Amino acid sequence: MLIIVTILVLLMIVSAIAALIFKDLISAVIAACIVSLIAAVLFYFLQAPDVAMAEAAIGAALVTGIFVIAVKRTKRFEE
Amino acid sequence: MTFLSEYIYYIGAFGLIFIGLYIVLVKKNLIKVIIGLSIIDTGINLFLITIGYIRDGTAPVFSKPGLKANEMVDPVPQALVLTAIVIGVAILALAISLAVKLYKHHGTLNLRKINEQKW
Amino acid sequence: MRKLFVILLLLIIAGGITLSLKEIPFGIPKTKIGDHFINKGVEETGSVNIVTSVVVGYRGFDTLGEITVLFAATIGLGAVIGTFRKNSVNREVEAASLIVYTGCRFLFPVILLVGTYIFIHGHLTPGGGFQGGAIIASAFLLMYLGCSNKRIKENLSKTVEMIGGLTFIAVGIIGLAIGQDFLFNFLPKGEPAELLSAGIIPIVYIAIGLKVGSELAGIIDNLIQKS
Repeated sequence: MLIIVTILVLLMIVSAIAALIFKDLISAVIAACIVSLIAAVLFYFLQAPDVAMAEAAIGAALVTGIFVIAVKRTKRFEE
Repeated sequence: MTFLSEYIYYIGAFGLIFIGLYIVLVKKNLIKVIIGLSIIDTGINLFLITIGYIRDGTAPVFSKPGLKANEMVDPVPQALVLTAIVIGVAILALAISLAVKLYKHHGTLNLRKINEQKW
Repeated sequence: MRKLFVILLLLIIAGGITLSLKEIPFGIPKTKIGDHFINKGVEETGSVNIVTSVVVGYRGFDTLGEITVLFAATIGLGAVIGTFRKNSVNREVEAASLIVYTGCRFLFPVILLVGTYIFIHGHLTPGGGFQGGAIIASAFLLMYLGCSNKRIKENLSKTVEMIGGLTFIAVGIIGLAIGQDFLFNFLPKGEPAELLSAGIIPIVYIAIGLKVGSELAGIIDNLIQKS
């Protein structure tokens, strides 16, 4: 159990650093979506099912959708 | 090993907050700054739920009638984080609308160049 | 230069935080109000889900404030983007293939049904108004991405949001009108773990679910149109 939590926390921090480094904005948005999904799994491990459902539905579906529509209306590559 | 089992969730939450702060302070593109704001929100919510955890507790729902009351985790931080997640998405939607309007007005999203044009 | 200063600042903050992490040990009960909510929650509010009874029962006024913030953000987004609504489709998007179109049309009522189930049973299982409303909004997002020539009618979405908001405030004012506090639980509590129990909590959560779902769908609708 502790090993699974350690691997998940490491994956979360690595993909947050990936959202920092990528120059293509669509890839950065997908990395932020991965952070939100792994946070939803960690909320389940901390015995909070309401919060896990809310974070998965709002953070991983709606925020990613809003960001992709916004990137489509402005530039795609950061300069 | 006991160090990991005590502090792993705190390392995750504070790691996210620091990476989000670095993105907000250093990066030039406005949409990247808003992504950093969203990462800071997720980190703070994870920290709040970590404070309310009790060892060998279960979720605060009386699913079976005979569940004792002194082996549940704290329900108050979970109610507060539920509110905080929804307010976070409302702030994000308003920030994205301002960014889209700024792009239409100036033609660029580079923060250093936008600051040079005075009123 | 700027990066060096920022890394130095973050290292100082990290040092301060590690020195004070001993005050919050992991896994030890820290507050006393949580015990009161768990022990007395079922007989005072009637709902089996303790997080629901805290969000709607004991701290219902904070939920009213949160709905106001979401409402203000939606109005702000609509005013800043400033679309005018044409009745024609968005012509620069090409139509999706037949499999995607049929799949989206098939999945849309199923996702609406799951979202409605989650916010009706908010006082029995983990769930509630905000989660169900977000699932309904993501069903509308799927419809906008897959079938790009269907839109929700603007009058229907405005009416549903208005009914949801006014129901919440009306239930609160009825509690004030019979001589008790705002958002007082005036309906009978019934048996715990039944569908019709817990007083006003199912009514409030249905109103919140409809309002949040139509607001978030309205945000996506505003952003996707040409302006």
